[in-house]
Amino acid sequence: MLELKEICFARNNKKILNHINLTLENDKFYVITGPNGSGKSTLAKIIMGLEKPDSGKIYLNGEDITEKGIDERAKLGIGFAFQQPVQFKGITVYDLLKLATSKKELKKQEACDILSKVGLCAMEYVDREVNKSLSGGELKRIEIATVMARKPYLAIFDEPEAGIDLWSFQNLTEVFKDISMHSNGTTLVISHQERILNIADEIILINQGEIEDHGEKARLFDQIVNPKKCCKGGNPCE
Amino acid sequence: MNKEEEALLKEVVGNEDVKKADSYNIRKNGKLEDRKVNPNINIVTKEDKSGIDVYVKEDTLFGTVNIPVIITESGLTDVVYNDFYIGKNANVIIVAGCGITNNGHWDARHDGIHRFFLEEGAKVKYIERHCGLGVGSGKRILNPVTEIHMKASSYMVMDTTQIKGVDDTIRTTKAELEENATLVVTEKILTSKDQVAKTSFMVELKGENASTHVTSRSVATENSYQEFVSNVVGNTKCYAHVECDAIIKENGQVKAIPEIFAKNIDANLIHEAAIGKIAGDQLNKLMSLGLSEKEAEEVIIEGFLK
Repeated sequence: MLELKEICFARNNKKILNHINLTLENDKFYVITGPNGSGKSTLAKIIMGLEKPDSGKIYLNGEDITEKGIDERAKLGIGFAFQQPVQFKGITVYDLLKLATSKKELKKQEACDILSKVGLCAMEYVDREVNKSLSGGELKRIEIATVMARKPYLAIFDEPEAGIDLWSFQNLTEVFKDISMHSNGTTLVISHQERILNIADEIILINQGEIEDHGEKARLFDQIVNPKKCCKGGNPCE
Repeated sequence: MNKEEEALLKEVVGNEDVKKADSYNIRKNGKLEDRKVNPNINIVTKEDKSGIDVYVKEDTLFGTVNIPVIITESGLTDVVYNDFYIGKNANVIIVAGCGITNNGHWDARHDGIHRFFLEEGAKVKYIERHCGLGVGSGKRILNPVTEIHMKASSYMVMDTTQIKGVDDTIRTTKAELEENATLVVTEKILTSKDQVAKTSFMVELKGENASTHVTSRSVATENSYQEFVSNVVGNTKCYAHVECDAIIKENGQVKAIPEIFAKNIDANLIHEAAIGKIAGDQLNKLMSLGLSEKEAEEVIIEGFLK
């Protein structure tokens, strides 16, 4: 279980996160959504340790991890897929998966199995460098694969749809469906996409640095996706 | 040869058994240590100056030549002139390089001047490795010069690596390419302490459809200094791509001086240079996989120089 207590974060005199309190329970699939600039990605980065909150506390299974570094949090079971996948000169997909699994010896077949889960034809990719020769969609899948390879206790995906074409995204939705059905840990996805919202157990709506609403998908989905319709009756409110 | 010398030799030829090659010439402290030739590849000692001539017969297929040099005497300056004559349509791999172990107070220096003459259709993969070892205060100095003359439709790949322990280097590569010839150069250098490494590439694309691709990857750490000068001239319809990527750490400094000169409307010449510290997002990504900052840095540099 992850608990965020009174998390505040400001930059250049602008409040980005304002007294965030949130609890993520085990084995649930959460989607954080909200307008651009509402603080979603900052919140995800704070959980991974990529940003430090100005105040507030973060607890993972009761342990205070607020002061812990990125690598320490990774070792405690938090995984993070970057919105802009990082590229490396000279490091192959296989190298990255080997680091992700923390295995000294990772069999090529094991690497291929992980890549297949994100829809990549594995043998074509394992020996390729993680650089600009790969398309945005391919980099995104590899990024997601590095997180899945770790089998994290808490997996965070920061806007997986960002920077990829619609076709690639449609295929990616299947990957998240699979994660939501088979993952043994907690999943947290930052997303604007209806298809991702639709597979959530719970949706967290953030607006102007505050949690505006948080609840079961069944209650929030229509309200967010079809804001002009009344949630109860289905007729236009106007 | 003692164990230390054997280990140094192995490092120069890339952890292989030097004597596995079809032909070899091992030079130790300025003198011939051992040599093997075969009917297709002949190695002859020069009579007018120090060095060897290597002759590869035309149509030789998959030939291998190892010509490592090791220096273990402090205070020795070894200048050697090696010429390679590669026959028409021959295909060879040549591994050269120098390992210096300097445990003394005097400088140890090796200047290898290598000239390649590729006949039509010849293919050469040339691998050059340099390393310096030893605990002495004397410097380990290497100044390799490579001159490449490529006839029509010949192809050469040149991989040079200087990973550790060399205090001072000036590396000069000059090449001239006739029609349809291709030269691919990859250089990797890691400097530390107060080391200085300067490399200069001068490539002249003389024949139509000649092309070259030069990639330099370097890491300058501590107080070391590196300089990369490239000068590609395109006289006709030709193609060149020069890429210089450098990572700097601590007080390391890197200077890149690109020069491309198109003398013809159909010459297509590109130069890219990027120098900077390790990107923060690269460190963050690897740390999010559980690596410490130091481990992440090592992985990034190792990959970069792979």
